[in-house]
Amino acid sequence: MLKSISTWFHNRPRVRLAALLVAPLFWLVVAYLGALASLLVTAFYTINTFTGNVIRTFNLGNFQELFTNPSYRNVVVRTLGIALSVTIICTLLALPMAFFMAKIAKPRTQKVLVALVLTPLWASYLVKIYAWRTMLEPNSGVIDWLLGPIGIHSPGFGFAGIIIGLSYLWLPYMILPIYAGFERLPNSLLDASGDLGAKNLYTLRRVVLPILFPSIVAGSMFTFSLSLGDYITATIIGGKLQMLGNVVYQNYSLNLPFAATMSMVPIAIMGIYLWAVRRTGALTSL
Amino acid sequence: MRNKRLFQALSVASAAALVLSGCGSSDSTSDSGLPKVEMMKELGAGEGQVNVVAWAGYVENGSTDPKVDWVTGFEKETGCKVNVKVGASSDDMVALMKTGEYDVVSASGDASLRLIYGGDVAPVNTDLVPNYADIFANLKMQPWNSVDGVAYGIPHGRGANLLAYRTDIVKPAPTSWGAVFDANSPYAGKITAYDSPIYIADAALYLMKTKPELGIKYPYALDQTQFDAAMELLKQQKPLISEYWGDYLKHVAGLKAGTTVLGTTWQVNINLAKGEGTKVEGIKPVEGATGWSDTWMISSKAKNPNCAYLWMNHIASPEANAGVAEWFGEAPSNAKSCELTADKNHCATFHASDDAYWTDVYYWNTATEKCLDGRTDVKCVPYSEWATAWSSLRNS
Repeated sequence: MLKSISTWFHNRPRVRLAALLVAPLFWLVVAYLGALASLLVTAFYTINTFTGNVIRTFNLGNFQELFTNPSYRNVVVRTLGIALSVTIICTLLALPMAFFMAKIAKPRTQKVLVALVLTPLWASYLVKIYAWRTMLEPNSGVIDWLLGPIGIHSPGFGFAGIIIGLSYLWLPYMILPIYAGFERLPNSLLDASGDLGAKNLYTLRRVVLPILFPSIVAGSMFTFSLSLGDYITATIIGGKLQMLGNVVYQNYSLNLPFAATMSMVPIAIMGIYLWAVRRTGALTSL
Repeated sequence: MRNKRLFQALSVASAAALVLSGCGSSDSTSDSGLPKVEMMKELGAGEGQVNVVAWAGYVENGSTDPKVDWVTGFEKETGCKVNVKVGASSDDMVALMKTGEYDVVSASGDASLRLIYGGDVAPVNTDLVPNYADIFANLKMQPWNSVDGVAYGIPHGRGANLLAYRTDIVKPAPTSWGAVFDANSPYAGKITAYDSPIYIADAALYLMKTKPELGIKYPYALDQTQFDAAMELLKQQKPLISEYWGDYLKHVAGLKAGTTVLGTTWQVNINLAKGEGTKVEGIKPVEGATGWSDTWMISSKAKNPNCAYLWMNHIASPEANAGVAEWFGEAPSNAKSCELTADKNHCATFHASDDAYWTDVYYWNTATEKCLDGRTDVKCVPYSEWATAWSSLRNS
């Protein structure tokens, strides 16, 4: 029975290919691109100002509001700033951590360290952010209680709070690719560089970083895009600050088309980012 | 070549999406007209379930607190299983009701008119709801639960948005909403406000009492000048705010930790914060307050209309109404509820039958272009623009 089916498919290569691809293509085209396309289309609709029902007529008002209202320009710039800072902080923290894990730690410690890096991912996002809320609370929080006596105070809820919270959340996504990158870096290269007289910093700049670059880019795509779309962290520890995601959340029930317009912004930013990364050639060596 | 294929695939996808979205329901509702929705004539047998959209704390089946349960008995008696979906805000509730998946909703005044004119809810045949007779007369047939003398729901309960303050920190105790708008406030950076466009009405209410030259008569009927003045006040207030609250639990945590010591609140939040040992009180300031008067409404697309009517009658019954009022911290709508509350002073505390108390409480309402205060010489700012202005304020 099985054999006859397989013979049947063997003789019809086109049917075989179709059967193989129908499920992923259905997912990609209908569920994935379809959703994106309907988002794009909705962005050009408008609403009945009283009942909030969507009116399906083509209209550029939402984009006009997005580009002319300075509040929305601010929120885009602010979100970009947060996403960039988070990415830079994660990179700076992940580089030495991953280097230690891959090159210095003994094999047993190495396994333990990888497990430790992964454990925070097992806890709920909300629990972690609410924990940061108690840490960051001005005057009564853990940071002020612990570090207040030596003169360090919590930045409180707001811009700095969001950056700390998001850096904490996304750090594992940066450590893991860089760790994998270091694993691929042969020790002999470092030795050779040293033998040829290069100082540590020179070796880092000319040997380590070029090889690690694709890994850092891979990690940054996680930290950057996850930060760009986040809104729960901003709600809980952002004080009165809002990010792009909050604007979408605020508008989706009241003005769905405008929410769709706003959600095009991170998509466009990520598109530009990926394009820029592709130009550097980092994607081909991933 | 590869790019060309991809482009073709994309264009097919977007065309498909266009067609798909075009196939959705088309609305024939005109801007001003009231959609015609049939009223239920007589009650039939229950369908076995009812899907409810409600505020947190309105539908309790004992899972939050075993002693708090007015659902299980109803389910046994009528055979209607109650499935509840908690709405986070009025806007959220409107969006949920538009899906047509739910049978009844506990709509506040800033949602009810949108639902009525959107054709999302049906008129209610009050003859089929025996407990309607015992509802306080001054809650029936109000502008937010009826249109042209037709009832669109059963009044549920009411409350005022109070001014909360930490008694151990804020001294002397505030008496006016001016405390949250004062640019030189000693509590700057520790003030909170409700995170919804409807909070604009709180600013309008303060201006109504303190700047009579603006001529505000009703905080939900603002012409452009009055609206701009209210937004200006809120912009001045923003530097004083530590956090805006939308989630009531976050607000309670803020009060407890002292990150907010002053600001607008609900009675239920004060009760919760006090329960955790926080020294906090809530007052209705001299200017009066905004508030809510909620209404149980039935969906125009209800799949379980009989169970929905049974539910509306049950939740308006003295027992259930007393239960909700006490758990949520609001004034019940059923006059007979007052004898059934565990705390015999509940109705006095919440001024259930004290008409004088409610004269300066302005229940949430949906602002429309046609001014709600009866002015015809100007256009008022509709709620959708309140929403845009609020979003803009919050993101600036």
